[in-house]
Amino acid sequence: MLTLKQARQLRTVLLGTLGWLVALIIFFPIFWMILTSFKTEIEAFSSPPQLFFMPTLENYIEINSRSSYLTYAWNSVVVSFGSTFIGMLLAVPAAYSMAFFETKRTKSTLLWMLSTKMLPPVGVLVPIYLLFKDFGLLDTRTGLIIIYTLINLPIMVWMIYTYFKEIPKDILEAARLDGATPIQEIVRVLLPISKGGLASTVLLALILSWNEAFWSLNLTASTAAPLTALVASYSSPEGLFWAKLSAVSTLACAPILIFGWLSQKQLVRGLSFGAVK
Amino acid sequence: MSISNLQVDKATGAEGSASSVKSQNRQKSRISLAMVSPSVLVLLVWMIVPLAMTIYFSLIRYNLLYPGDEPFVGLENYYYFLTDEGFAAGAFNTLYLVLSVLAISVIFGVLIAVLVDNDFWGRGIVRVLLISPFFIMPTVTALVWKNLLLHPVSGVFAAVWRFFGAQPVDWFAEYPMGAIIMIVSWQWVPFAVLLLMTAMQSLDQEQKDAARLDGAGPLAIFWHITLPHLMRPIAVVVMIETIFLLSVFAEIFTTTGGGPGYATTNLAFLIYTQALLQFDVGMASAGGLVAVIIANIAAFILIRIIGKNLTDKQ
Repeated sequence: MLTLKQARQLRTVLLGTLGWLVALIIFFPIFWMILTSFKTEIEAFSSPPQLFFMPTLENYIEINSRSSYLTYAWNSVVVSFGSTFIGMLLAVPAAYSMAFFETKRTKSTLLWMLSTKMLPPVGVLVPIYLLFKDFGLLDTRTGLIIIYTLINLPIMVWMIYTYFKEIPKDILEAARLDGATPIQEIVRVLLPISKGGLASTVLLALILSWNEAFWSLNLTASTAAPLTALVASYSSPEGLFWAKLSAVSTLACAPILIFGWLSQKQLVRGLSFGAVK
Repeated sequence: MSISNLQVDKATGAEGSASSVKSQNRQKSRISLAMVSPSVLVLLVWMIVPLAMTIYFSLIRYNLLYPGDEPFVGLENYYYFLTDEGFAAGAFNTLYLVLSVLAISVIFGVLIAVLVDNDFWGRGIVRVLLISPFFIMPTVTALVWKNLLLHPVSGVFAAVWRFFGAQPVDWFAEYPMGAIIMIVSWQWVPFAVLLLMTAMQSLDQEQKDAARLDGAGPLAIFWHITLPHLMRPIAVVVMIETIFLLSVFAEIFTTTGGGPGYATTNLAFLIYTQALLQFDVGMASAGGLVAVIIANIAAFILIRIIGKNLTDKQ
């Protein structure tokens, strides 16, 4: 019996080591990016790359002293929160109606909504670009908010629909018998019950808008450009400032990374449309 | 109206007359319609208006460099787009990229999910580390890989190669598509891991134990119990990843710019270069429609296979 126990222990240790190894390899690029952000530019470019060095904050100080960084960051905040807010206003009632007043068209509507996500953005880039030009929406935060609301709406409706589906109908019937209007039903009964699921929908929408790079690169130039555009501008030939690039990237990714870590369990449920619990 | 709804309506409306039930139902469906319509309407406009414009532009000769000269040319743009050497390369690269990343993320996703399903020290931290790349901006991912990892002189890969006495590889020159696939996979394997490792937790442990008592080896258990259990989450991974992989853009834009030649140009990037670099709106629109048609074929196949799986539950 002892040998069996020992064998099991050995197996645990081996699998654990392997698990840690895989995790560290996958995480390494992020670790390296953060590490590089504390190097001087010369250290960042040195060959072979240095693992040990005197950490410096000069990159962060310089980035913050350029006021432009804050403009980009503020654009990211406004655009992602704005589009998520409007998206929720549209998606919650739609999901409510689909989950609790299901008709025979509901499923095809849901699938149709998802299929609009299959439209490659590049297929409609030209008309959107020209429309934006005509309406003066090019390089505006409003324009980006409109686009992000539309591209995230299908996934938001799906996720919220999934969460609402899990709520027993009796609870709503009880509220309705007490004379609650649909709006009251949503606000007083539904939202409190499903706040975990709604929170994760909000988080996913924030993550997707924060990281979106196709529209932000093509529809903005300077005034409304979010962090994705700032980071992309470091790919230009003269931008061989890797330590600063790393610092900007770290700042751009940190909030979303922490958001993601905190909400991973809820995210999974919504992202898989309830296929995974 | 679904059966369960009808039953509830019957139960609550039993005391009232049949007509009041009917009017109640009508009112309900009116309210529910009012609540779905905003979302449906904006999405409908979002789909139809740009699409109609794209179709129109694709039929005229329309170059922003020559304003005022926009004759109707029929299918000329399609002809030029489809016979352009970039199209064959772009279509092939799109397919190659999507299928490679899908295969890599499903295979590694399953393996890693099974691995971290075992109990070991620090498993929580390992999971957090594993899923992190999914939350990183594509532009950041691309730049970090290009400059800090794959750079032939000062990159980490080059250092590792040199450590083993090998000649460092200039990835974007020698294996441009391989490098792109590596970068995109790094972003999407974690997504598969995230979904699959959560799915592993609901795997019936007793079933596994019973199989083990019957003398089934780990491989047999994996093949006959674990894998079937993961089929639905894998379907979800394939569907969502396909949506995003068909239009990979930032990773190419910030690293290779589609080159060298057409080596890493996918359809999304090809149309982008035509529209915004060559200002040929007509041809770009034709290309956009071709991309939409290809995406719709993919969507149709996927929804046929997976969509049923997603809605017919509970």
